[in-house]
Amino acid sequence: MIVASKKPIEEVIENIKDYDKILLLGCNECVTVCEAGGKKEVGILASTLRMYFLNQGKDMKIDERTLERQCDQEYLDEIRDMADQYDAILSLACGVGVQFTAEQYFSLPVYPGVNTCFLGATEERGLWTERCQACGQCILAYTGGICPVSRCAKRILNGPCGGSSDGKCEISKELACAWQLIVERLKALDRLDDYEKLFPLKDWSSDRAGGPRKVIREDVQQ
Amino acid sequence: MSEVKTPSKLEKILRAGHLAVTSECGPPRGSDPEAIKKKAEMIKDHVDAINITDNQTSVTRMSSLASCIHLRLMGMEPVLQMVTRDRNRIALQSDILGAASFDIHNMLCLSGDHQSFGDCKQGQNVHDLDSMQLLQVVRKMRDQGKFINGDEIKRPPRIFAGAAANPFADPFEIRVPRLAKKIAAGAEFIQTQCIYNLDKFEEWMRLARERGLTEKIFILAGMTPMKSAGMAKYMKNRVPGMDVPDEVIKRLAGVPKEKQPDEGIKICIEAIQRLKEVEGVKGFHIMAIEWEEKVPEIVEATGLYPRPEPDA
Repeated sequence: MIVASKKPIEEVIENIKDYDKILLLGCNECVTVCEAGGKKEVGILASTLRMYFLNQGKDMKIDERTLERQCDQEYLDEIRDMADQYDAILSLACGVGVQFTAEQYFSLPVYPGVNTCFLGATEERGLWTERCQACGQCILAYTGGICPVSRCAKRILNGPCGGSSDGKCEISKELACAWQLIVERLKALDRLDDYEKLFPLKDWSSDRAGGPRKVIREDVQQ
Repeated sequence: MSEVKTPSKLEKILRAGHLAVTSECGPPRGSDPEAIKKKAEMIKDHVDAINITDNQTSVTRMSSLASCIHLRLMGMEPVLQMVTRDRNRIALQSDILGAASFDIHNMLCLSGDHQSFGDCKQGQNVHDLDSMQLLQVVRKMRDQGKFINGDEIKRPPRIFAGAAANPFADPFEIRVPRLAKKIAAGAEFIQTQCIYNLDKFEEWMRLARERGLTEKIFILAGMTPMKSAGMAKYMKNRVPGMDVPDEVIKRLAGVPKEKQPDEGIKICIEAIQRLKEVEGVKGFHIMAIEWEEKVPEIVEATGLYPRPEPDA
């Protein structure tokens, strides 16, 4: 999933303080799972903001709504009839949802309420960690199912670097060395010989480097 | 390993069967060329080649290539260190050509410390290639005369290709396979991480010999004299991938503070004497960090002086 974290309340307030009517828009997908922008977080943020503006003596109308998805036009259409009642939308969706909402409601300011962080997994409640950088050409078949692009601080394809120590990365004793994990996994799979295969220069043109990307599936297009 | 492939003096000395001696100088945090020239002057008669570090520990300094050019123009033999942290494949190939245009004939391919150690913690890193891929690029440019994309290079670079090896980094079981991989990628010489745990280094060398790797690559043992017990503790605890046994710290701490530098030099000299006898060790890379003036003393005390003059 896409993992996000809440923006500092001060930043949110700074963005919306000059408006009178705000629609706080949550998303029921990834940001709900990572507890940053679902219905529950919309409710908490709305209460916090109402309290803040009340204390400031400002009459601020803050309404709450959580859509099934903000990265889908069909669901964004659900607020079509009510959108013009507001001065701005504060979206708690990921960066994709914020932008898609802004595209659909072109004349309405849309502000992000979360920082979109990475593609990751829930390790335990309250702990999410990165697993994928969407490089567009998956190499997991060759690295024992562990991704050096997203999990090595230098995205080294022929690792580990000299900074790997006690299984930890040179940048933090809290961070596992991806190549230590890869070697351990290759060993468990009885494939340690694969370690010596040189990984060729990677084609990064399907990564961010190649510019904004798209996936076209003619077979499912109507 | 006898056929000389480049005009590199370092290569000639190694292939002639001499124990090579290299050292390194860090460029200054400023634009005064005298800083690097002065350091090089101190050691030039006692070493065969001088590495110039590339923004080591990710702290911004005068560029490695520019510093190498200064040395080259003084008639010295630089080893251009190049990290993959700061340059993509366009810049790397371009700098290799630039180096070759000044007849810089040695390069050490590295990934580089992470930028979080340095003065630009909020910067991006590149890592378009890794150090092994850079080795492949250098060898392709030299041996095939071709750029990465296959285009022909007019006057290809003639560069003796080196890599680093850390016999102490984890996981230990792949330290030797990793050396084999660097050889396969095109490395012709290795300069190792600073060696303090001699037993572990000798074990690594034994495993490398067993696989026949020491016949395929010149291994220069990395030596850094300790200035104090404090430095030894710092290296042990703070420098990634460094293996400093407690005995070394204890020995330094066992003498008065003002005697500790001498003790550090003594430890370094003893280590070189011992490692000279290890089969497969083809030379020494003496990294006297901001202590370059001690290099001649170490080289002389270990019987590595005078340096051989290879045939032109």
